[in-house]
Amino acid sequence: MITISDAGPQTTVQDLGRAGQLRYGIPPSGPVDRFAFVLANRLVGNPDTAAALECTLMGPRFEVGGPLMIAVTGADMALTVNGREAAGWVAIALAAGDVVKLGAARTGVRSYVAFGGGLDVPLVLGSRSTYLRGRLGGMEGRALRKGDVLRVLASGAGRPAARRRVTPRAIPDYGAELTARVVLGPQNDRFTDGGIRTLLGDTYEVLPQSDRMGTRLRGPRIEHARGHDIISDGIAPGSIQVPGDGQPIVLLADRQSTGGYTKVATVCSFDVWRIGQRRPGQTLRFRAVTVAEAHRLLRDADALLETAVREEIA
Amino acid sequence: MRFRPAGDLAVSVELGQEISVDVNTRVRALEFLIQQKGLTGVVETVPTFSSLLVYYDPRAVGYEALCAAIAELVPQATTGVLPPARTVELPCCYDTELGFDLEAAAGRLELPVDELVRLHAGAEYLVYFIGFTPGLPYMTGMPERINIPRLDTPRTKTPPGSVGIGGIQCCIYSVESPGGFWILGRTPLRLYDADAAEPTLLRPGDRVRFRPITRGEFDAITTTVAARTYRPLIAR
Repeated sequence: MITISDAGPQTTVQDLGRAGQLRYGIPPSGPVDRFAFVLANRLVGNPDTAAALECTLMGPRFEVGGPLMIAVTGADMALTVNGREAAGWVAIALAAGDVVKLGAARTGVRSYVAFGGGLDVPLVLGSRSTYLRGRLGGMEGRALRKGDVLRVLASGAGRPAARRRVTPRAIPDYGAELTARVVLGPQNDRFTDGGIRTLLGDTYEVLPQSDRMGTRLRGPRIEHARGHDIISDGIAPGSIQVPGDGQPIVLLADRQSTGGYTKVATVCSFDVWRIGQRRPGQTLRFRAVTVAEAHRLLRDADALLETAVREEIA
Repeated sequence: MRFRPAGDLAVSVELGQEISVDVNTRVRALEFLIQQKGLTGVVETVPTFSSLLVYYDPRAVGYEALCAAIAELVPQATTGVLPPARTVELPCCYDTELGFDLEAAAGRLELPVDELVRLHAGAEYLVYFIGFTPGLPYMTGMPERINIPRLDTPRTKTPPGSVGIGGIQCCIYSVESPGGFWILGRTPLRLYDADAAEPTLLRPGDRVRFRPITRGEFDAITTTVAARTYRPLIAR
C-alpha cells in the first residue's frame, strides 16, 4: 500500500495500454515513454504489463505501508528516500514508513515509478491505464490527488536475491540532441517536395502546449501541395499531423483515434518515446527511413532492451 | 487498393478516396475478414470512411507478407460477408433550447422548423465508423434537401448528446468538445459512459434512427439513464 502525500501536477497510473478499443474511439493510453516504463517494471521483477506511475515534470511524494521494491526510471526528478538522495534506474528495497519524493525534472519530462507486484487498480476494458480526457481507468479516471491510497498486488517474484540495475549504456540522455527516425506517409504525397525537404532538413522546437495526446512543434512551415484536409482516417502512434498552419504535431498515447488532417510521416516506435521526453524549448530533427530499415532498427532497440537490466551480486 | 505505411507498427489500407456507402462497406467487410481469419501479426484494426488502419507486430509478420495477406482478402470484402447490421433507436428532443441551431439551420435551408425535424428524424443513418472522441459516430443518410455547409466559426463547446448536421454528415457529440455542426436536438442517451461495462453505445456499421421526443420525455429518460435502468432499443 502506498499513500500519496503530494501528487505532483499530473501523476497517473499506467500499464502497457488498452488494446482493441481504437475502433470505438478510445485511445490506448499507457506510458508515453514505453522504454523507461518497461525497464522500471523489469527492475522490480514485474511483467512488462504491470501498472506503475507516470509522473509529469514534477513528481509525487508518498509513504509505503510495508516492505516493497520500487524502481524509478525516465526523467531525472531528484529522487530522495527519507530525505536522502537515491539513484534512479536501479531497484530500491523500502521498509514500512519510508517516504519517497520525486522533485522537479532536471532532464526529460516523465518519470516512472514501478512497484514490486504492480499497482492494483481495477481493470477497465482489460487495462489499468488512465485515459484522462475520457475519465477512464487508472485511479477513477483521473490524475492522483493528495490522500489517495493505492494498493500493490502481491509480488509473484518475491524479493530478488540480487539487486537489479540498468546498465549505463542503456540509460537515455534526454538532454542530448535528437534526430527521430520517421517513415514517410501515409499522406506524404499531399506535400510539396520543398515541404518534405523542410521536414527532414530543419529543426523543430517543442512547445509548452504538449501533453499525453501529442507533442506540438514549432519551426519552418511544412508546405502542403493541395489542401490540408483529408477524408478522416486512422491515426497511428507517432503520426506527424500537419494542419493548415504547417506546424507539425507528433501524436502520442492519448491521441484521437481518427482525424482529418494530413499526416506527412510517422515517427518510429523506437524513437517516439524520445519525443515524449522532450521539454518545451528543446529541439529535434527528423530523418526518413524505409519500413524495412525501421524494422531492422526495431530489432536493435528490442535487443538493447533485452540486455539493459543487469543483476548485481548483493 | 493502396497500402500506405503508417510508421513501423501500422499500415493504412486505402480502398477508395471518397465518402460512399459502397467503399465504407468494403472497408468494414475487410476488417471483419481480417479479424475472422485471425491474420498473423495483426494487433488491432480501425475502420474509417475509405481506409482501414491495421496495427501489426513486425516481430510476428513482415510488412510485405502482411500486405500480401490483406490484398488476398480484399476481393472477398463485400457486403455479403458482414453479419446483419444492428438498428439502434436514439430518442432525440428537437426543441430550440437543446437544438440551439434548429431555427438558424431552418432559416438557412429555407424550411419550416417542423419540416427540417421531419426530414432529419425520418431518415435512417449508417455509422461509417466511430472516432475522434470515444463513441462518436460518423454518419450519413440525410435527405439531400437538408445538406448544409458547416458553421463558419466552430463553437468551442458542444454538450454531449448534441445531434448536429454539417455537409452530408450527421454527428452526435459523445463528450463535450468543439464542433462545426448545426445542432438540431439532443439525445438523453450517453454515447460514451466511462463507468459502463461497455462504455460506447454505437459500433461501426450500425444503423441509427432518431425518435422525436418531448422535453418532458427527454428529462424522464435522462433520469433513467443516470440510474442505469434505461435499455436502448437495439434490433438486429
